[in-house]
Amino acid sequence: MGFRHKDIIALKDLNKEEIQLLLDTADSLSEINRRDIKKVPTLRGKTVINLFYEASTRTRTSFEIAAKRLSADAVNITASTSSVTKGETLSDTANNLLAMKPDIIVMRHSISGAHEYLAKRVSCSVINAGDGAHEHPSQGLLDMLTMRQKFGKLEGLKVAIVGDITHSRVARSDIYGLTTMGAHVFLAGPPTMMPIGIERLGNVTVCKDMREAVDQADVVMMLRIQLERQGKTLLPSMREYARYFGLNPAVLALAKKDAIVMHPGPINRGVELSSFVADCDQSHILKQVENGVAVRMAMLYHVCGGEPVE
Amino acid sequence: MNLLIKGGRVIDPSQGIDETMDILIADGVILELGKGLGSPEGFQVIDASGLLVTPGLIDMHVHLRDPGLEYKEDIATGSRAAAAGGFTSVACMPNTSPVIDNKAVASYVVNKAMSEALVNVFPVGAITKGSKGESLAEMGDLKEAGCVAVSDDGKPVCSTELMRRALEYAKGVGITVISHSEDLALVGEGVMNEGFVSTELGLKGIPWAAEDIAVAREVYLAEFAGAPVHIAHISTVGSARIIRNAKARGVKVTCETAPHYFTLTDEAVRGYNTNAKMNPPLRSDADVAAMKAGLADGTIDAIATDHAPHHLDEKDVEFNLALNGIVGLETSLPLSLKLVEEGVLDLKGLVSVMSCNPAKILGIDRGTLRAGAVADVTIIDPAKEWDVDAAKLESKSKNSPFIGWKVKGKAVYTVVKGQVVYQA
Ligand SMILES: [Zn+2]
Ligand SMILES: [Zn+2]
Repeated sequence: MGFRHKDIIALKDLNKEEIQLLLDTADSLSEINRRDIKKVPTLRGKTVINLFYEASTRTRTSFEIAAKRLSADAVNITASTSSVTKGETLSDTANNLLAMKPDIIVMRHSISGAHEYLAKRVSCSVINAGDGAHEHPSQGLLDMLTMRQKFGKLEGLKVAIVGDITHSRVARSDIYGLTTMGAHVFLAGPPTMMPIGIERLGNVTVCKDMREAVDQADVVMMLRIQLERQGKTLLPSMREYARYFGLNPAVLALAKKDAIVMHPGPINRGVELSSFVADCDQSHILKQVENGVAVRMAMLYHVCGGEPVE
Repeated sequence: MNLLIKGGRVIDPSQGIDETMDILIADGVILELGKGLGSPEGFQVIDASGLLVTPGLIDMHVHLRDPGLEYKEDIATGSRAAAAGGFTSVACMPNTSPVIDNKAVASYVVNKAMSEALVNVFPVGAITKGSKGESLAEMGDLKEAGCVAVSDDGKPVCSTELMRRALEYAKGVGITVISHSEDLALVGEGVMNEGFVSTELGLKGIPWAAEDIAVAREVYLAEFAGAPVHIAHISTVGSARIIRNAKARGVKVTCETAPHYFTLTDEAVRGYNTNAKMNPPLRSDADVAAMKAGLADGTIDAIATDHAPHHLDEKDVEFNLALNGIVGLETSLPLSLKLVEEGVLDLKGLVSVMSCNPAKILGIDRGTLRAGAVADVTIIDPAKEWDVDAAKLESKSKNSPFIGWKVKGKAVYTVVKGQVVYQA
């Protein structure tokens, strides 16, 4: 089967076969990343615009490398909010970019739903590189790819996601993707960071205690706490957060023996993860970063109408 | 113009009437109500058989955006929208630019309405100067200039102490205080109802408690001050319960809800639909049910639209950046008539909440077809089906989540002071 979407906005919109296809493609493309000459002509002549309204060196670089390895021309635009304050709307920006005839716009935006807004107004493909607290599909896919590489499948896996669920687009994409693929997600975090009805998103269990979520888990996914944002009213202190929701060797020991530790990065050492855990053999954090490029290559490839790679 | 409205089903709760009758109108006043009235020489005759004839509908909460924001709406266009929706009177909120917080601005509205409006326009003055919530506006002057209530609508009066004084002072002046009730600290950066849909969409939520807590404050202050208070646009289970309990123990509290709060839930926000963005936000199924129950048992006194016109550019943006509010004057009647079809209200009950009660709360001599009263009359075809088409709305702005809906029921004649100002 081919990929029938013009855009990739949310993993919620993708079915099992489509996710499978993206992961399979990413798997086969990842081989390119280990070659001496890391470039194939697949998207030669295509233009990819990376439109970032929020700073994110990691994701932007990953998309840029992905585009270049497929021989697309990648242009980075860091849209400061100053253009917004000058009165240029997203619709204006979209029209200006469209006039330059790109094939794909990869966008990061701080407002949930900005991509849905953009995709309705442009003829080219739109890939969501993170919108507000809504979704971050490329992160969700690279997380799944990392898990699948380790366990050979996603079905039946027990995945614990710990931290600020309310503000996390990674959590939402992981939940949609994983539960679509047959995994079971267990969530834990301070009650101030657990949004209403989250368990209704899929095969999701909300746990009172982090230990309950980690118990017998195959994967422990720790979310980033944004010190600047949560400081005010959601948490008493980072110290207390680390004590009750940080992953240390004792808590990790509750998980399955071959469990892996993941984190979307960048990590706050000593807060979400102790340094020991961050650097231990079970940590797959760097593997996630590596898989990010392959997954983004697969996304670019399929929105451009590519056929499955053998 | 002199008029004879013949053979309509006259519904006038102020006189306990629901029967087929004729109405004779001369010189802007209702002369006589009766069966088989002859038509005197020179009277225009409207055949109202099969139609409902009611006291002119009153929308006690609209935003006409005049002065200052006429690109969204002005008194002339807003009044045309009102007439097309069957409203003979509207009360317009003071969050204009400048704010209606003094005699001069209030007089501007009254005078402009006199020369340009198709319907009666009753301005609402501000509670505080500039609606800044710092010091009381000159309510005596505002009343003298024609204001029928005071409100800082758009925002709450945050200081509990100042609200106490506002209620006490307004009581002395004899003017109603209308409260826009929300606890801003709880609202925070919320942009829609806090619930499953906000969780799914990743949008910041506004908890129902933000409304309930503010409504409870107003109720306790009104009780303490022995002054009346009217709560604007209630939308939650809790607000209805608090007001029901307060009424039962004799607190002088009245309230309104809007058609969208008994018609839509926050599901309408899906797709990041900015025409479903409003304040208070669209809530849950339980809240919709509570609005219906509140209307059915008389807890909710009025249906008002909170008609809030915005330019397309102010809605055609990312959800967080879109302004709050929807236009409502032209869709209120069919959405409200649905309550009759559903058995929530009978026709008398509907006319009470859309005409008699708002007149009483504002203290205006409207909302009745009694002989001698000003001849404001709405003639409704309850069976008329029509499409809500943006191009056909009289309002300057088209920000409505009901565009494209098929609805039933329409005002076919709107009569203000004996003059037909709208005919479908
Ligand atoms: Zn309001
Ligand atoms: Zn309002």
